[in-house]
This record gives sequence, C-alpha cells and structure tokens, in this order.
Amino acid sequence: MQPEITLGKNRTGIKASPFDAAELREQQGHQLTVGRPAITAEQLRMEYTQEAEAVGSVPPPTNVRGMVGATAQALAGHRMHILLDKLAERLAYERSGVRLYDSMLVKAAGAERLPADMTIEALQEIRDDEAAHFALLAESIEKLGGDPTAMTPCADIQGVQGMGLFQAMNDPRATLAQGLETLLAAELIDAASWELLIELAQGFGQDELANEFTQALANEQRHEARVRTWLAAELQLLARVHH
Amino acid sequence: MALSLTDIQGTPVDRQRFTWRELVQAPISKLDDDAFTRVRIILMNGLELEANRFSHMAARMNRDLRGELARIRRVEQHQATAINWLIGADHSPLETTIAYEQVAIEVTAAVAQREPDEYLAQTYRFGLLEDFDHMYRYSAMLDRLEGKDANNILQCYTDILPGRPTMVEHRHPDDDLRTPMDARTAHPLSKLHALTIMSAEQQTHNYYMNIGPLFTDPVARLLYAEIASIEEQHTTQYESIIDPDQTWMEQWLMHELMEVYNYYGCVQQETNPRIKALWERFLDYELGQLKHVMELFKQIERRDPLELIGESLPDPIPFASQRDFVRDVLTREVDLRARGTEYVPMEEDSELSIAYRDHMNSQGSPTEAVADGYVYRPGTELAALHKRAA
Repeated sequence: MQPEITLGKNRTGIKASPFDAAELREQQGHQLTVGRPAITAEQLRMEYTQEAEAVGSVPPPTNVRGMVGATAQALAGHRMHILLDKLAERLAYERSGVRLYDSMLVKAAGAERLPADMTIEALQEIRDDEAAHFALLAESIEKLGGDPTAMTPCADIQGVQGMGLFQAMNDPRATLAQGLETLLAAELIDAASWELLIELAQGFGQDELANEFTQALANEQRHEARVRTWLAAELQLLARVHH
Repeated sequence: MALSLTDIQGTPVDRQRFTWRELVQAPISKLDDDAFTRVRIILMNGLELEANRFSHMAARMNRDLRGELARIRRVEQHQATAINWLIGADHSPLETTIAYEQVAIEVTAAVAQREPDEYLAQTYRFGLLEDFDHMYRYSAMLDRLEGKDANNILQCYTDILPGRPTMVEHRHPDDDLRTPMDARTAHPLSKLHALTIMSAEQQTHNYYMNIGPLFTDPVARLLYAEIASIEEQHTTQYESIIDPDQTWMEQWLMHELMEVYNYYGCVQQETNPRIKALWERFLDYELGQLKHVMELFKQIERRDPLELIGESLPDPIPFASQRDFVRDVLTREVDLRARGTEYVPMEEDSELSIAYRDHMNSQGSPTEAVADGYVYRPGTELAALHKRAA
C-alpha cells in the first residue's frame, strides 16, 4: 500500500490545462440560450416523491409476547414498529460495521507503520465491540417479539448509505488515513444514532434496553475518540505539522 | 391453461408506444414484494435484451429485414427499460446478483423437470449445479463484504450451499459446446426452454461484466471476473443446443413466441397487481409483434407459421421454489463434468479443460478464497459467531 499521498500529475483541475482551459472558457460564447423545459427536473423529482411509497414495511411481531407488547404500546398510542425499525437499522449498521473494521484490519496489517497509539489489537477490540453490539440488538429485537433477520425499511436505507463507506474502505488504493476517515464517518453516525435510539427506547418505557444501550453508547464514544486520535496523529505526521 | 395461437390479436405494432414516465415507474419493494416478482422482472429483462441482440445480428445479415427489425426492436428496447427499471436502487449490486442467481437456479430447475428431451434436461441440470454454486459464493461475499444476509433477497425459497465448485467449472471452449436439437423434430417446449435459459444466462453474463469493475474490493473484482467467465460458458452451452440450421425468420418467429410464452407465464402467476398489469400490457404487445412476424414469415418463407409454432402454447414455466429437485440433483450429479458434447464422471474429465482450469486457477481461486469456511446462517455468519450468552 502506498503509505501517503504525494504531489504528482493530477489532471482534473482546470489549472492543470493552461492552454486548453482558455479554449474551454471560450465555449460559453458558443452556447445558445434556450428557455427552460416544459417540465423541470425539480418538478419531475417532486412527482416521483409525491407518488412514492416507503421502501417497504416492518414485519409484525412473530410471538405472543411481542404481539401483546405491541398491542399494549398501541393502546398507549405508541407505535412499536418504529422502535423495531430503528433497532433493525442499528443492527444492520453494527453488522456492516464489523465488516468495515475487518477491511480496516487488512489495511492496517499491510501498512508500513501505524500512527501513535494505534495497534492491530486496538482495532480488533473495536471490531469485536461492534460484533457484540450486533448480538445485543439481535437479542433486543427477539425480546420484543421481532425477527432480527428481517431487513426493515430503515435497515434498507441505512444499507444504501453504507455502500459509500464500503467502497471507500475496500479500495486497496485508499491510504491508512483515508481508511481512518471512513471509520470516523462511521463512528460519528453510530454514536449519534445510539443516543437517539436510547431516547426512543426510553420513550417506549423500555428502560432495561435503554440501560444496555447506554453502555453501548459509551463504547461507541470511546471508539470515536480513539479513531479521531489516530486520524489526527496520522494527518499531523503526513503534513509534518504539530498541533 | 394453454394459450391459443390460431387467432392472435394483440396491440398492432404501430400503436405500441410509451412516454418516458411510463418507462420509469416506481420500483418494486425489495422488502415486501415476493422474490418471484423480482425473478420475473430479471428474467423478462433478459429475454428482451436477447430480443435486442438477436434483432441486431439479424439486421447485420438481412438488408431487406432491417426496417421491420428496427421497428419491433425499438418497442422491445422500451419494454426492456420499463421492466429492468423496476428493480430499485436500494438493491446493492451484490444483492441484485443474488437475485440473478435465484433466477438461474429456480427457472433452470423448473425447466429441467419439464424438458421432454433427456439430453437437454441433463444440460439444464448440469448448468443448474454451477449457478447453484455461484449463489453460495456470492452469498459469502455479501455476508463478508457488506454484512448482509442473502436470504433477505431469497426469502427462504432457495438454499445456499456449495454446488459444483466454480473452480472446476472452467472448461476449454470445446467442452462447452453441446449437440443442438433438430428444430424440425424437437418438441415445442424444448425450443422455448432453450431460448429462455440462453437469454437468462446471457443477461447474467452482461450484468456481471458491467458491475464487476464497479467494486473497489479486489476480491469482489476477482469473484466477478471468475463467475462472469462461467456465465459466458453457460451462454455458449445453451446457445449450442439451439438448431443453427433454422432460417433467420424461423429464429425470429421462435423469439417472439418465446416472449409471448414467458409473458403469459408472468401474467398467470404475478402476485403484485401493478406489475401484473405491466405483464398484461406487454403480453398484448408481444402478441401484436408475434402476429406481425407470423405475417412476415408467411410472405417471406411462403409457409404456414403454425406448422412451426403449433396451435397453442404449452403451460408456462412455474415460478416456485424447486428446492427438493435441486437438492436431489446436487446429491446425484455434482461430480459430473463435460467432455465435448457429453457429460461424464469426474474421472473422465477432459484433459483440455483440466489444463485450462489449472492455468486459470494457478494464481489463486477467487471463489475458493471468498467462501473459505463459509456456512450460511440466517442473520449472517456473525449471528452464529456472536450469540450472546443467556
């Protein structure tokens, strides 16, 4: 793996082509002005948005306790399936997060050097924490009568979001720093989402879950802090600056 | 129920048209729609793209047919778009790949059981076990790369197990060519089956060739490179069972018939009412196209097209889980190999193919690497590894 980014022949910016750029700027003089289309892109998007249904639904509880729980919540005006949807989203995130860390472990193992305080063992620890969080969420969903193998609407959309993280991390050309940036993005989303999930669980009176999730949140905040520290150290080293 | 071909109506070709909004409809739900709705969409897109490919090849070799071909081809282009765009982009490319392999497994298995010719049935069973193995490899990739569960796509209809290992599926081209049927004597179902499965495999090949390089992960890139090569082999295999002595018009007629046959099957079995309405519209269009090509056939070949296509279509291919059949074939035939046009036990494998695959695999086998120790578990293999203590 190339350890760091260097100066080179990047051709993408306009200043890389001093002669052709001048000709490119002239093109505006060749463009005819036409009126706006009868139907604009915004209008087209609005039509699709207004007509669209959700990507799918949450499956109903599969056992009596779950059904009873859901009914009790519904009688109180609460919509249990919203909690199940968010739990499934978090589960999908943690499960994918394990794979993100698996990929980072490969990157770190191949690096010539790691920034200060960053070790393979520390990365592995975070990875194992994510796996434990996944197991916690699977158990939580089961307790509420849900199916932890189901992909719910929020889990689906979260999966789409996550594709960018995977693509960035899995590129063998992505440097260690770029890998850490990707992890930091993942951890920031993770920590914020756990906070919101705790509030939601408390709103449903699921205090036992909220307590367990509070411990998970504390873990995630430690992950975020560690990854941020590693990234900061790596960037300072690369830039040869000192904070 | 058989569809009669003796008094076809359908929409006249010159009234078959669309607006862009009609081509880009709301996609199906990845979560709520039945997996077989997705299977039908992938299959029918494949058939329409084969119609496009055939039509272009025919146009290159038949000056006088170009206008007729182009007019129908334009409609089929738009049918293909309307159908393929029903797959929402919340399907990751790997998830769509899982769906493609489900098509290959379930439709080929259904065909294999209904195929009247034993040699052709063996051909379908042979390919089936290879696509079955691809499903296992891609499921491992989806699990280990994206942390997702392939069964979210498969909906428990299709097993995830090793089939004939992909690493031994690589054959010398001479060992992919089979004995073609004789169109003059072949059972009508045989002809419909061959065109259907060839089209499906061809589109699978196209799809993998397009998306393989979109992955950044090198193992994913390697995996698609390897499996795309097998799909090219499968396309060659299924193409080779089709009678090459048919005229261009005969082949065109059979293509339109095959499309009618499969749209009819979709209409009969579709559970989503909105999608069923689309299949009904396109069945109507295909009947109009078939009627038009039958007329052309009469004019050009001075023959009655009903002699070729019969007076009614057979019952459609069933869209349903073929799990029991697949498991049975797996037990009995996983160790078969191909030697020239014949299927042989492993011990008689072709020296040409052995040499070919040994070289291809000499720097590692992506399909072996990706599925290293992989056992499918609901909720992904992490669910098995990380069960919390009670």
